[in-house]
Amino acid sequence: MASVTVYGTPLSPAVSRVLACLFEKDVDFKLAPVDMAKGQHKSPDFLKLQPFGQVPAFQDELTTVFESRAICKYICNNYPEKGNQTLMGGRDGDLLAQTSVDQWLEAEGQSFNPPSSALVFQLAFAPMFGFKQDPAAIEQNEAKLANVLDVYDRRLGESKFLAGDDFTLADLAHLPNGHILVSKNEDLFMSRKNVGRWWEEISARPAWKKVVEMQNAPQG
Amino acid sequence: MAAVKIYGKPISTCTARVLLCLEEVGAEYQLVSINMPSGEHKGPAHLARNPFGQIPALEDGDLVLFESRAISKYVLRKYKESGTDLLKEGNLAESAMVEVWLEAESQQYNPAISPIVYQSLIVPKMYGGTPDQAIIDSSLEKLKKVLEVYEARLSKSKYLAGNFFSLADLSHFPFTRYLMITPYASVFESYPHVKAWWEDITSRPAFKKVSAGMLGS
Repeated sequence: MASVTVYGTPLSPAVSRVLACLFEKDVDFKLAPVDMAKGQHKSPDFLKLQPFGQVPAFQDELTTVFESRAICKYICNNYPEKGNQTLMGGRDGDLLAQTSVDQWLEAEGQSFNPPSSALVFQLAFAPMFGFKQDPAAIEQNEAKLANVLDVYDRRLGESKFLAGDDFTLADLAHLPNGHILVSKNEDLFMSRKNVGRWWEEISARPAWKKVVEMQNAPQG
Repeated sequence: MAAVKIYGKPISTCTARVLLCLEEVGAEYQLVSINMPSGEHKGPAHLARNPFGQIPALEDGDLVLFESRAISKYVLRKYKESGTDLLKEGNLAESAMVEVWLEAESQQYNPAISPIVYQSLIVPKMYGGTPDQAIIDSSLEKLKKVLEVYEARLSKSKYLAGNFFSLADLSHFPFTRYLMITPYASVFESYPHVKAWWEDITSRPAFKKVSAGMLGS
């Protein structure tokens, strides 16, 4: 029974992060569009759900949650018996596995996200919305991201997925920006052997493919 | 329990975040100094602990961890028998709010405040450079927008995640502590509930102890 509502558009990386998690967890949901072009995200009604005026917001019978990584964790905690059981590092009580997921999710949020989001803006959203690209920003952020991916390449030479042997939220968090960046410049990921292997594996997951289908569908 | 080792510096914001958690739960720990000016954080021994070459890192037996917010959660979970519950993992709705406001610190507050601290404090003090006023000014504008949201939240809720002090509040301490010794501290004056919240959390013994090890104390 869909008592879950996600507010936003699947084209938003942060929204798609949540959608990927919902599909992995097999949790039914309703997607409520937010018309950013008309400023709906800054309307008083929406600000009650997400006080920073950003997407996504998430609501179920228990509570309203925002910030995509917090939403993903909440979905895992509130629907523990559904779908993928190892997204947060295995069963309850495995502190070490959970901690490894937390660590690599923080690495995504603090090290991967800033340069990759800047590049996603420059390479995908700027042209889409008619903003001028900034070559210096592209160069700087590509260099930063390259350093991060070098660390990832070493890690993924020792570990199948970022946090360990299983696909977890730490890997999932990279799908939205990774998908856009690989479509614009696949060299960044695919020139690194272990990152390339990892990327092909995580982007082939059925849950992610469903998100991409939603992104490619005509946006109503 | 044997003492955990923290590799870092007491003056470092992210190290301070972890030290606060250790102090809040009353854990025994050993702080091992990493010599940043000599580049020790980029040397092979430290890279084995933190592949991004940053501080802090934690060592607990065979476990090695990096990223201060992840280390913080590990510490708080490991020592949850201490009676200090800053994660509320026994309650779905409360723990959701702790995660929400910890992410808000991580994704909204930190990107706005850290360039101000970096430019006005670290650049001149550590590198003998000149602050970039354009970066400071644009970051201040971002910070004000974030503080407006916080003001509204803290008008309805004693602490960020609810009426209980949590890791979400604690995580804001290090960079805010440093903002308060820059000329830009006055930005908090326009947000009375945020100011009151700041005064409340900094009155905690753990905060006073960690603050004493930071710059400008």
